[in-house]
Amino acid sequence: MSDLESFRAETRAWLEANCPAEMREPAQGEDDAYWGGRNATFQSEAQKAWFEACRDKGYTVPAWPREYGGAGLSPPEAKILREEMARINARSPLSSFGIWMLGPALLKFGTEEQKRKYLNEIARGEIRWCQGYSEPGSGSDLVSLQTFGEDKGDHWVVNGQKIWTSYADKADWIFCLVRTDKTNKYQGITFMLFDMASPGVSTKPILLISGNSPFCETFFDDVKVPKDQFVGEINRGWDVAKYLLGHEREMISGADNSERGAGIGAMLKRQAGEMDPVLRAELAMFDVDALAFSAMGEKFLDEVKVGKAHPAQPNMMKYAGTELNKRRHELVMAAGGSAALEWDSEESRGGSAARSWLRTKANSIEGGTSEVMLNVIAKRILELPGA
Amino acid sequence: MPLYHDDDQTMLADTASQFMAEEGAIAKQLRHWRDRECKDGFGHALWKQMAEMGFTGILVPEADGGLGMGHVEAGIVLEEIGRNLTPSPFLTSSVIAASALGQASDDLRGRYLPGLIAGDSVFAVAIDEGAKHRPERIATRAEKSGNGFRLSGRKDFVVQGASADMIVVAARTSGAEDDADGVTLFAVPKDAAGLDHDAVRLVDSSMASHLTLDGVELDGDAVIGEVDGGREVLSRMIDAGRVGAAAEGVGVARGAMAMTVDYLKQRKQFGKLIGEFQALQHRAAHLYSEVEIARAVTIKAQQLLDAGAQNASLMASVAKAKVGKAASLAVKEGVQMHGGIGMTDEYDIGLYMKRDRALAEFLGDAHYHAGRVAELSGY
Repeated sequence: MSDLESFRAETRAWLEANCPAEMREPAQGEDDAYWGGRNATFQSEAQKAWFEACRDKGYTVPAWPREYGGAGLSPPEAKILREEMARINARSPLSSFGIWMLGPALLKFGTEEQKRKYLNEIARGEIRWCQGYSEPGSGSDLVSLQTFGEDKGDHWVVNGQKIWTSYADKADWIFCLVRTDKTNKYQGITFMLFDMASPGVSTKPILLISGNSPFCETFFDDVKVPKDQFVGEINRGWDVAKYLLGHEREMISGADNSERGAGIGAMLKRQAGEMDPVLRAELAMFDVDALAFSAMGEKFLDEVKVGKAHPAQPNMMKYAGTELNKRRHELVMAAGGSAALEWDSEESRGGSAARSWLRTKANSIEGGTSEVMLNVIAKRILELPGA
Repeated sequence: MPLYHDDDQTMLADTASQFMAEEGAIAKQLRHWRDRECKDGFGHALWKQMAEMGFTGILVPEADGGLGMGHVEAGIVLEEIGRNLTPSPFLTSSVIAASALGQASDDLRGRYLPGLIAGDSVFAVAIDEGAKHRPERIATRAEKSGNGFRLSGRKDFVVQGASADMIVVAARTSGAEDDADGVTLFAVPKDAAGLDHDAVRLVDSSMASHLTLDGVELDGDAVIGEVDGGREVLSRMIDAGRVGAAAEGVGVARGAMAMTVDYLKQRKQFGKLIGEFQALQHRAAHLYSEVEIARAVTIKAQQLLDAGAQNASLMASVAKAKVGKAASLAVKEGVQMHGGIGMTDEYDIGLYMKRDRALAEFLGDAHYHAGRVAELSGY
């Protein structure tokens, strides 16, 4: 047996022993996931057991080095773990912007000291992070941001406002883009990290069409940030942000979850019973696109690992993945019929179908709109002339 | 296996790309033979050159004198064929018929494979009965007759049927029209008595036959695989053809897209390059995404076929359907974005549209394959 084959066998046995049955059912939405942090609570014993087993094994961040809280898996091993988890529909043990976004940026730009501290905290789910990028007026046009950090020698004093800060009201720390030089649009932004409990930070949830408030407005009023809490170089935060946006887009596109979106026709048939032939046809066309996109996701990740992917390829994945996800939820609603409309009945699983459907409408807006993604593809991949 | 080409495959891609761009170019092959109303629709000299390059025997096992490679490698050649709209019997002979012959007796392999590898022989396949692909139903009958069989029936869309030295025919040896069992594959030589071609030129200038089998007498050794048990060989042969057609379709899509993007960078209107207009940029970027995704799932299907994986047939349908949609978008956007010049015969973009239509129909269109995906998924 090759090393990889025995790794697969071990992994399968480990998952069998450690992943509780309840954690092999699909999550009903973002609220159903474990997000970690100082004030975290588990929704069930199974969720707690599954998280702790993964944390102790380094499986919250399997590909990170061991000294930073990971399992130090090689790319082929990490792929096997993903496949084996997908095989049993195992849920992700920990949902975290620290894992998806800040972690990769720290691995690339962080100092050794920052890596040891922050990455371990992220891997162990101890600190819940939020992201402070967008501002009122600076959505897709991010570099126009105005939040300003004034240099006070050993610290900055930060003033301004962020918007669409996901779960800012629940987060412990924020990674944040702050203008530190007003004269240079791109090279005047610093990537800062600070505690949301700092005096002067306040948040206000924004009620969305889904009835949820995952997003917040976040206000900084004379917030004192120690001068050593930045990543990369001062005034070169845009480099970090760009790198991190690539990861964010990859995450929103669902490229790391090759099963997502595939084969919903069969699932919906079970729920809906007899199916309108035109709906069946639309589902079939959707399944074609979803299965093809799964292959694209796999190809993309394989190419990223060996540096074959075009640097703007995450934009394509984000565009195609989010448009597909929106279409998926339109079909879920159509198949669900009147039952899917019920806002909080048993039948509708507490309105999760409708809430998820409404939530997906943000997919093609957050992390850069579909239109911005198409602009980037046109300019950077197809090299069409600029306006 | 990672979903990209390894070093050997990349080398093959470079070789095939250079060869097709030089020898298989549109002016040199497609237009040349079209303008002469060639009865084959392709050039035998090029087929011979493809043999010299080793392409013809890619899927033929080494024991039979071939290269013993897989569907990924065949797909590499097909993508270049598609990009250059190169007319050739590669898909029908080297992919589909070769895939059936791979499961044939030593005698049949010895009789037909050397000619294929040398580029001296051309093969066709006769599956469809009617204008739409429905291989689940086979009405053509093969009745026991002496030591062999007597074939009667009618086949449609037999690509290059009239030029072929041998045609793989799917016929029914028992059971009713839509039974899965009772199907047998036969290797029918071109000079068999009772075999009649009504050859027609298609929209893409290729030739296809309506085939009439009127009591065609064959020896028992013309059977490929098992009598009555041919459905599996047939399915594998068709899947190989579908994935091959998908690969060629990816080439057509990429060729049309490259031509169009290039045009967007050159053509001026209203004092601007038309590629500066966001309306066109967004459509071009969307097209790029669709074509990339279609290419990814085609490589996935090739790898699954090579691995003999359980879901290879499902993914073959996904690939055929996805490429069907993406390539159709590529040629439609191509003609539209070229404007008036896109409607002229002088310009190549229309040729891509014609080839895409023929490929899309071959071995099942996007609707057929989406329906198949639904059935295989249980709804």
